[in-house]
Amino acid sequence: MYHRESPGSASIHEEATYSTNVPFMPVFNNLVIYDQHVAQNSLQSIVPELATKWAWSKDNTELTFTLRQGVKWHDGKPFTSKDVKCTFDMLMGKSDAKFRKNPRENWYQNVTDVTVNGDYEAAFHLKRPQPALLALLASGYSPIYPCHVSPAEMRTHPIGTGPFKFVEWKQNESIKLTRNPDYWRKGRPYLDGIEFTIIPNRSTQILAFVAGRVDMTFPTEVSVPMLKDVAAQAPQAICKLAPLNVSTNIIVNRDAPPFNNPQIRRALALTLDRKAFVDILSEGKADIGASMLPPPEGVWGMPKKMLETIPGYGPDVAKNRAEARALMGQQGYGPEKRLDIKVSTRNLAVYRDPAVILIDQLKEIYIDGELEPVETGSWFAKVARKDYVIGLNLTGNSVDDPDQNFYENYACGSERNYTQYCNKDLEARFDQQSVETDIEKRKKLVWEIDKQLQEDVARPILFHGRQATCWQPYVKGVTVMVNSSYNGYRYEDLWLDR
Amino acid sequence: MAGYLARRFSLMILTLFGISVIIFVLLRLVPGNIADILFDSAGMINPAEKKQIERELGLDRPIAVQYVQWIGGLMKGDLGYSYKSERPAIEEIAPRIPITAKLAALALVFSVLLGVPLGVVSAVRQNSVLDYVLRVVSLSGLSMPAFWLGLLILMAFVSAFGTIPIYTDPPQSLWDELLLLSVPAAAVGFRSSALIMRLTRSAMLEVLRQDYIRTARSKGASERTINYHHALRNAILPLVTVIGIEAAFLIGGLIVTETVFNIPGVARFLVEAIRWRDYPVVQSLVMFIALIVVLANFIVDLLYAVLDPRIRYAR
Repeated sequence: MYHRESPGSASIHEEATYSTNVPFMPVFNNLVIYDQHVAQNSLQSIVPELATKWAWSKDNTELTFTLRQGVKWHDGKPFTSKDVKCTFDMLMGKSDAKFRKNPRENWYQNVTDVTVNGDYEAAFHLKRPQPALLALLASGYSPIYPCHVSPAEMRTHPIGTGPFKFVEWKQNESIKLTRNPDYWRKGRPYLDGIEFTIIPNRSTQILAFVAGRVDMTFPTEVSVPMLKDVAAQAPQAICKLAPLNVSTNIIVNRDAPPFNNPQIRRALALTLDRKAFVDILSEGKADIGASMLPPPEGVWGMPKKMLETIPGYGPDVAKNRAEARALMGQQGYGPEKRLDIKVSTRNLAVYRDPAVILIDQLKEIYIDGELEPVETGSWFAKVARKDYVIGLNLTGNSVDDPDQNFYENYACGSERNYTQYCNKDLEARFDQQSVETDIEKRKKLVWEIDKQLQEDVARPILFHGRQATCWQPYVKGVTVMVNSSYNGYRYEDLWLDR
Repeated sequence: MAGYLARRFSLMILTLFGISVIIFVLLRLVPGNIADILFDSAGMINPAEKKQIERELGLDRPIAVQYVQWIGGLMKGDLGYSYKSERPAIEEIAPRIPITAKLAALALVFSVLLGVPLGVVSAVRQNSVLDYVLRVVSLSGLSMPAFWLGLLILMAFVSAFGTIPIYTDPPQSLWDELLLLSVPAAAVGFRSSALIMRLTRSAMLEVLRQDYIRTARSKGASERTINYHHALRNAILPLVTVIGIEAAFLIGGLIVTETVFNIPGVARFLVEAIRWRDYPVVQSLVMFIALIVVLANFIVDLLYAVLDPRIRYAR
């Protein structure tokens, strides 16, 4: 398989990109994992991995895992409950050993402690019930790390309990894994090893696949236009186009003029023609939704009928824009007095292209936008100091669950809440949906919260992208996840029929 | 001659020192450092964690202190640690140098072997159909970016042979390596060959009009002797300068060619290191490239004396 880049490090816990998950998820195990053969991740598709079973306490504030016995780390040391405690203590910032970066610390803000009972039992103690904790633990971002290996070593030479052992990583060249003969799941993995050849150039990637130099493309890396090339040049290839659960959205600086004015924010929401974005950028093959991935692939996205009641989501774009112009008129803007702003975004095509369309759509409401491309090295620093008016942004949700999305992207004080949108009342409702155990009731709460987020123009969602994964026909056992691009890479059931 | 060599050598050292200061300062003027890039893959910035990383890597120290530390290490052969891989920079750079060196040498050989003879033919057959064809070919060589030509070659390989000559595994033999590197070498060398071809043609045309060529011809010397013995020897001096400069320019062409052909050489690695603001790696690689360029120019200067006895360097 080719890899699109040399990832930042091999330590899954320190990264927030699937460039790390894909090659290193096969090295590890979680306590629980999303069934690798069920395309849609949900609470129902979670299966045991290093835990053989789990149980909630009566008040749903304690989650106890019974751990698998006889499991060994790749260096031969035994896996025990201490490793579970070490991993989560580090994630919660409680241990002496620290991660260099800890991007998902807030996933565990409801966990007060992880305790062990003997070598094969670990319990998570929660401040309040949170059924979705299990969903977070099943993510590709939740591997168990060994106590005896330092975080620094895990960045360069990861040790896991997973189906494949790490062999070597030549920067900018390749990452090699080999079969773990002592894997606790007997008869797995099928493959002798996996080699990720790092090919950063997109044209070369596709040509390498078409020429049969690689068995699989990097997951969800084939864009809609490139998919056509693959179909034409390698008709035998099997390709699956699926949502990534990555939304293209707008970050709005609501603390500075002009978007500190709610009327102008509303006008911004009303001018958006999402279908135009989808048609131009992905030939109609992307999804319009709010912050949660829309159904049928998304579990928590609101129904289309409800979506269309949100300002700017209605099908009559002309009517929406007329309303937006009226709002701008009330604020003193019109054809004679236009508003000049900068539209900031990262200097990458996937960000720039929608930003250009956004600038075009802003013209409809007397806003003249100027594209401000920002180099990667400056982007987050710029966003963090709120040195922008509006920005074009991409947000990836690693778990299709409202707890991950709402707390990470919209909670007051969260580091990934780039706009620093803060609505305490709404945050109380985040907690309300989080404790709810009845899924249908929870869905209704989630839809209302999501609707409110869009009406508040917290981070207007333009669309949810889709990309494809392709593989040669002799590659068997591939399941492409349809509501997350971060969780389906254990690869222990993959095999080659040749 | 010895005095000239000593002067040239001192100038070389001075140039390298200047480059070391420029690259060191320029790198730090580029927005963001490794900590920013590391947080890019985490999708956020935590100021406390960022400061900690900067402290660990010594990026919080004054720039002059950082420079002295780096240059001091460099003098002792210590290139520092790669921020990204957390390994000694030399371990990252050293295995990549032979790959790029071979590719650059092949490209240079290709460009000279193609450019000089075709330039001579083009000059000797001035205004013939062959001359026009060669001039169009050389013009296209100068106009086509190496990466585009590289992609065209790859596409042609896929449609003609169903495979592509890209680097996915280390070659097993010298022959395999030669085959693997020859296609990208041709892609990157084509531009240089076009330039050399045009220069050879114009230099040859000038020389062929000289009196001593007419004299040689009147003495009954064969056209072959006139063209290659009398004319080319005298036309070659400006070519040597250009070939020296092209050796340096090849590095630029190799950056994109190594990317397109997926060759894990230093040129592609340099781009990646710049993207990650991996200062120790970038600084070391730029110094290495600067050394190559300076040495190439030094060798060209020495060749002048070898090729043209009229040139005297000693005072």
